[in-house]
Amino acid sequence: MGPERIRLSGITKAFGALKANDHVDLTLHAGEIHALLGENGAGKSTLMKILYGLLRPDSGEIRINGQRVSLPSPQAARAQGIGMVFQHFSLFEDFTALENIAIPLEGRIADAALRAQVEAKARHFGLAIDLDRPVHTLSAGERQRIEILRALMQEPQVLILDEPTSVLTPDEAEALFATLDTLAEEGAGILFISHKLEEVRRLCSRATILRGGKVVAETDPRAVSAAELAALMVGEGVLDLRPAAAHALGEPLLHLDGLSVAPEGVHGVALQDIHLTVQAGEVVAIAGVAGNGQSELYAAISGEGGRVTAGRVTMAGQDVTRRDINARRALGAAFVPEARLGQATLPQGPLSENVILSWHATESLGRWLLDKVRIGEVARTVISRFDVRTPSADPQAAQLSGGNLQKYVVGREIERQPRLMVVDQPSWGVDARAATHIRQTLLDLAAKGAAVLVISQDLDEVMVMADRIAVMHGGNLSAARPVSALSRAEIGLLMTQGESPARGAA
Amino acid sequence: MSFNLALVPRREVSLLRQVLTPVLALVVALLIGGLIVWMMGRSPAKAFDVFLREPLTDPWALQEVLLKSTPLMLISIGLIFCFRANRWNIGAEGQFLLGGMFGGGVAIATHGLSGPWILPLMMLAGALGGMLYAAIPAALRNRFGISEILTSLMLVYVAELLLDYLVRGPWRDPKGFNFPQSVPFTDAAQLQPLFEGGRLHAGFVLALLAVLVAILVFRRSLFGFAVKASGEAPRAANFAGFNEKRITLVVFLISGGLAGLAGMIEVSGQVGQLRPGFGQGLGFTAIIVAFLGRLSPVGAMLSSFVIAVLLIGAESAQVSLKLPFDLTRFFMGLLLIAVLAGESLNRYRLEFRKETA
Ligand SMILES: Nc1ncnc2c1ncn2[C@@H]1O[C@H](COP(=O)(O)OP(=O)(O)OP(=O)(O)O)[C@@H](O)[C@H]1O
Ligand SMILES: [Mg+2]
Repeated sequence: MGPERIRLSGITKAFGALKANDHVDLTLHAGEIHALLGENGAGKSTLMKILYGLLRPDSGEIRINGQRVSLPSPQAARAQGIGMVFQHFSLFEDFTALENIAIPLEGRIADAALRAQVEAKARHFGLAIDLDRPVHTLSAGERQRIEILRALMQEPQVLILDEPTSVLTPDEAEALFATLDTLAEEGAGILFISHKLEEVRRLCSRATILRGGKVVAETDPRAVSAAELAALMVGEGVLDLRPAAAHALGEPLLHLDGLSVAPEGVHGVALQDIHLTVQAGEVVAIAGVAGNGQSELYAAISGEGGRVTAGRVTMAGQDVTRRDINARRALGAAFVPEARLGQATLPQGPLSENVILSWHATESLGRWLLDKVRIGEVARTVISRFDVRTPSADPQAAQLSGGNLQKYVVGREIERQPRLMVVDQPSWGVDARAATHIRQTLLDLAAKGAAVLVISQDLDEVMVMADRIAVMHGGNLSAARPVSALSRAEIGLLMTQGESPARGAA
Repeated sequence: MSFNLALVPRREVSLLRQVLTPVLALVVALLIGGLIVWMMGRSPAKAFDVFLREPLTDPWALQEVLLKSTPLMLISIGLIFCFRANRWNIGAEGQFLLGGMFGGGVAIATHGLSGPWILPLMMLAGALGGMLYAAIPAALRNRFGISEILTSLMLVYVAELLLDYLVRGPWRDPKGFNFPQSVPFTDAAQLQPLFEGGRLHAGFVLALLAVLVAILVFRRSLFGFAVKASGEAPRAANFAGFNEKRITLVVFLISGGLAGLAGMIEVSGQVGQLRPGFGQGLGFTAIIVAFLGRLSPVGAMLSSFVIAVLLIGAESAQVSLKLPFDLTRFFMGLLLIAVLAGESLNRYRLEFRKETA
């Protein structure tokens, strides 16, 4: 191990009564890839935001290269050689990759000199990027590479990555790991947050585990199994998914018949002639790399958008192609969109108010005036049933950690007891236990006779949950096949190349 | 070496700070205003006396203040609906004028008649006029995606010209010595004082009622929630199935209706006839009022009073101190800037950076 880069000692940060970080100690050495693990709401993002100057700790000290420092702002942190890649992209869609890289480099513009430097860096780390393409034409993996290259341009001695792999395909993730290995070999220290324990074991040589804001263990993740790591994180063994008891399938509740949809904006993908049926009692999954038309498909099914140019959407036997989302909810449908903040929830609204969004049209929340008591009850029920960890009794949606907000959103829809449940990315960013809980709830829902449609890029998730799988590629959807009839390799092939006409006909 | 000024986001803002900011902004604006008055060679103490003390202590002036606050309150309450929904109705002045013309039109058409039905009919007509006029920018936005900021603003000038045409043409008082004005309204078409010897009329009560209803709508109703959602997070509003176009239309109708009602109240309760310029820019001033009140109904009510005090004070300052009326406009602008600056400084902190380059 190289010299010590970062030493955090006794870092404490409270939000009101909640201690998000409670006397946290952590050291990071040069050349080390260090995992920061913990269940949703354990305080990982909070700790990293403190190190990146976005939050000020209540107490505790930060030492960088042995010097005690205070980090009042991200600029100050960058000046100390700290770089951060956030989970959510912060790129300008209409600018090219090179322009996006130039923006945070104060005093630099996207000129030939910068291009040469960027190209050299990209070559060195094996990051293939077309610098002249506008960002909106790029896949999630390519965008992630720009984010990383941008952070690398500032020559960070410490790089923080907060859940960087949730949007990557396995190949893209592997490429990212190679980059990080190179960076570490050259003496940078890397802090890596992920809920995917296998990749943590592949990449990291040390792991600090947080629970309830406190450090509960520091270990070498390679020396223990993924199950043991998970147990350290949540305090008890993670339950395995219980397959639903055998049950008969019922009537088709969702039927897409030759659906074609115009692309959404200039960045969108057109859907062509989509056929799909989901019956009561089954879970159908749509796999595929993000950006292949999943957003358009979700919007067309939920009624939130999507200009249908041909074909029909039928729910519970009724043609809803031209009906809005609430008409679909009235037929027993519930929807969980991909963006949990700003689409599934009002960021500044308390969780109780956020119940209104998807409940007002079908559930009675008061006749003339909203029944705040009832709304509050619903929110409390969701919070306790889905084990949503909140910093206060009724916090704003934006105050929840990413995974906890996801639990709230899924729970809010399940609580309506839908007959048809459409979920885009059910367990994005949630920890192992919560992911199991969400998946189990969806399986149980199907066992009780609901039709469940899951859109997910997580192949593992798709394999464990679905009865049938269809794959999205370039705006086309393959035929849905029973899970037992598909291997992972076959799905992978469908994801990258789509369905060949010969197979489609079969 | 050079200095660089940067705005750094504050992490937490205490409640005390949020409460004190508008008060502090008012004090700062008063100090700067006083300085300007002093530079103009008048006594700031005298100016404060005329501008602030008199309107608030003299019973007659106090009634004038409440009368002046009436249209401001009605219009700004309506504007809050638009602004909270992130729709930009800049044309309340035009809707106000149309309300006056519709209400006044009823008064002229019923000239010589009497009966308790005339005033309610005028009110309905006034509100309807404002609504119809506000529906134009809403429809243009919904149908063609044209910016409502431009259309609502430009329609103000159309409304002014229409008023000009009416009082010089078809509605001119034949016995009015060729002045551009309508016949004086009869008592049946004028809002009567609420109490003997006073001037305050029922319009003020209506304005307070509008404040109460708005409070209820925003605190407790689904519609209030939809407006807020649509302004704060359009995608979440879409997820909730709140129809974006319908919200645009409805907030414009509410705001136009209230502005129209205010216009009718102004011509019926204050002016007593139609004449050019009865708008006095109140529709624009109400925008300032809405923002001074931080887009909350209670805030709008309070800032309506503050601005009304200034306007009344300005009228007497013109007479007693020979201070130009524009000084009041200037002062209102100053107040708004102070409040906005205060709010920014609540959210951000100024940082000086030394740069060695
Ligand atoms: N601005 C805030 N105000 C109040 N509470 C907050 C705020 N930010 C975070 N919290 C709370 O602090 C706790 C830790 O949150 P943090 O985002 O650090 O969790 P995390 O470990 O990153 O979780 P996840 O895996 O879900 O992203 C959570 O309970 C969260 O609700
Ligand atoms: Mg987090």
